[in-house]
Amino acid sequence: MDQTLRSLRFRKEREESWRRLETLLDRAERHAPKSLTDDEMLAIPQLYRSALSSLSVARATSLDQALIDYLEALSARAYFFVYGARATLLERLQSFFARDWPHAVKQLWRETIVSALLLFAGTLMAFLLVSADPDWYASFVSAEMASGRDPNATTEFLRSTIYDDGDADGLGVFATSLFTHNAQIALFAFALGFAFCAPTALLLVYNGCSLGAMFAVFASRGLGVEFAGWIFIHGVTELLAVILAGAAGLRIGWSIAFPGGLTRIAAAERAGRQGATVMMGVVVMLFIAGLLEGFARQLIVSDVIRFGVAAATAVGWSMYFYRGDRSGIAR
Amino acid sequence: MASLASPAEPDVRALVTPEGVDLRVRLAAVSERGIALMIDLFIIIGSLLALTIGAASLFVGGESETVAQIIWLLGFFVLRNFYFTLFECGRRAATPGKRLMGLRVVARDGAALTTDAVVARNAMRELELYLPLVFLIQSGGENDGWTILAGIVWCGIFVLLPFFNRDRLRAGDLIAGTWVLKAPKQTLLPDLTTDRPAIADAKYAFTAKQLDTYGVKELQVLESVLRREEETAMVAVADQIRIKIGWTRSTYETDKEFLSAYYAALRRRLEQRLLFGKRKRDKHDAT
Repeated sequence: MDQTLRSLRFRKEREESWRRLETLLDRAERHAPKSLTDDEMLAIPQLYRSALSSLSVARATSLDQALIDYLEALSARAYFFVYGARATLLERLQSFFARDWPHAVKQLWRETIVSALLLFAGTLMAFLLVSADPDWYASFVSAEMASGRDPNATTEFLRSTIYDDGDADGLGVFATSLFTHNAQIALFAFALGFAFCAPTALLLVYNGCSLGAMFAVFASRGLGVEFAGWIFIHGVTELLAVILAGAAGLRIGWSIAFPGGLTRIAAAERAGRQGATVMMGVVVMLFIAGLLEGFARQLIVSDVIRFGVAAATAVGWSMYFYRGDRSGIAR
Repeated sequence: MASLASPAEPDVRALVTPEGVDLRVRLAAVSERGIALMIDLFIIIGSLLALTIGAASLFVGGESETVAQIIWLLGFFVLRNFYFTLFECGRRAATPGKRLMGLRVVARDGAALTTDAVVARNAMRELELYLPLVFLIQSGGENDGWTILAGIVWCGIFVLLPFFNRDRLRAGDLIAGTWVLKAPKQTLLPDLTTDRPAIADAKYAFTAKQLDTYGVKELQVLESVLRREEETAMVAVADQIRIKIGWTRSTYETDKEFLSAYYAALRRRLEQRLLFGKRKRDKHDAT
């Protein structure tokens, strides 16, 4: 009579296929999956299923704990490979720009309106306050940010800040620092939404305030139109990005506070994923805004062209986000 | 939701594959995740230092001053915001720190981990990690007591969140629908009953009664004792078993030999009964 245990015989019979799966996974994980041949790629799901069935058999018939632990770990690893994300980076980018991003933005339309209203409310409030009493200015715009552009500045100086083309060498650095700074704030606004909307809303209002306060100063010297051109050449993109970031944050806070038919966790999850898609796009938008602010604004000093660029970006973004349903959007 | 845990193993969660097999995955411990984070922060700070030195050496070069500044600004931004995201989007769904600790990020519903989920879980680090760090650095400055207290409470809520829920989710996991699981690389250990000489078993003929003394739980304890090969533990366990089953020790019998023989015999007996659908859980189980 064969003295070998039944479970040991089973193991000896199957062991080779487990090891083969292990080596294939090792290679696929360490190098790109491309390093595997077609045959090897096709073998992985088959070996995975046989490992799973081995696991079931082992659980039912073997009492070797080390074997069961090994098969559990191996099956889980293979499971994540077989059922994990398959798309390449290029495919992911394609579907992001063609579908996911505009779709997510469209779904946030309510929050986008609220977020825009908060920003404009802040702008209007600061504009009215500073117009009535210039002393308010300091509470909206820090001295560092104002860098001389305050109610006491001369009209000539204010005009020069709008048309001065700056130091052409520094433009790249300027654009980069604008982008990183703004993107950081936008990501922060999104994250803050987790705390029931309030911090996100405050950040939006505050951003509006500094805009409104500066506008009031320039408008009081008859430079309102020129200032608008200076702001909107990049501001259309940048403010839209800030509004969208705020909207994504508000959606999270709102879903946690009022989850509706879903559980609180499920609602937060859905809002979080939607918001994250929007946020990836916001970073892209802020990158474009940084380029416009850092280069275009400094090199273009004609008001007409500035407004032209502003109008073009406004039309471009709204066409991109809100034009009719694309075919193939999953519902 | 696939999260029914048996009370005996609070770390185990069910993950049922489409083929209908429960993989019984294990949650990562908070301590493991903490160490993984430390490793990642270490790598980030190290790369930042390298980046700074690299940029500074370019800077000295003169003309490429602006290039150096741009590289540094972008590098800092990318490291701070996308280090975690880029690595977790990869095949292993883990940062280098998590890889070293044998962890990976998994969608809680068991589906494929999507980019938006990874972005969402890492965007929250802004609140959970960087805000407390900035706060710690600044709290030495001019802030008054109440501000510091408010800051500590705020940070405490986020930093300690994983301790206060069953699934050890941090705010980012909550938002993204993910959790962090153990994904260790197990090597297949040799079976303890492999290549036992038949003569050795002839010396140890256990009676059915002697083998029915213990159940599966005790068998597994015995397995771990044999695998660890600790002298003192083996002596203690061997003595205990001999007393319990009434085994008289022969002259040339070593503890290890006795234990392996008893293990092999007990496993054979229990596995045979398993085939008939009887699983004797432990020594108190009467089946």
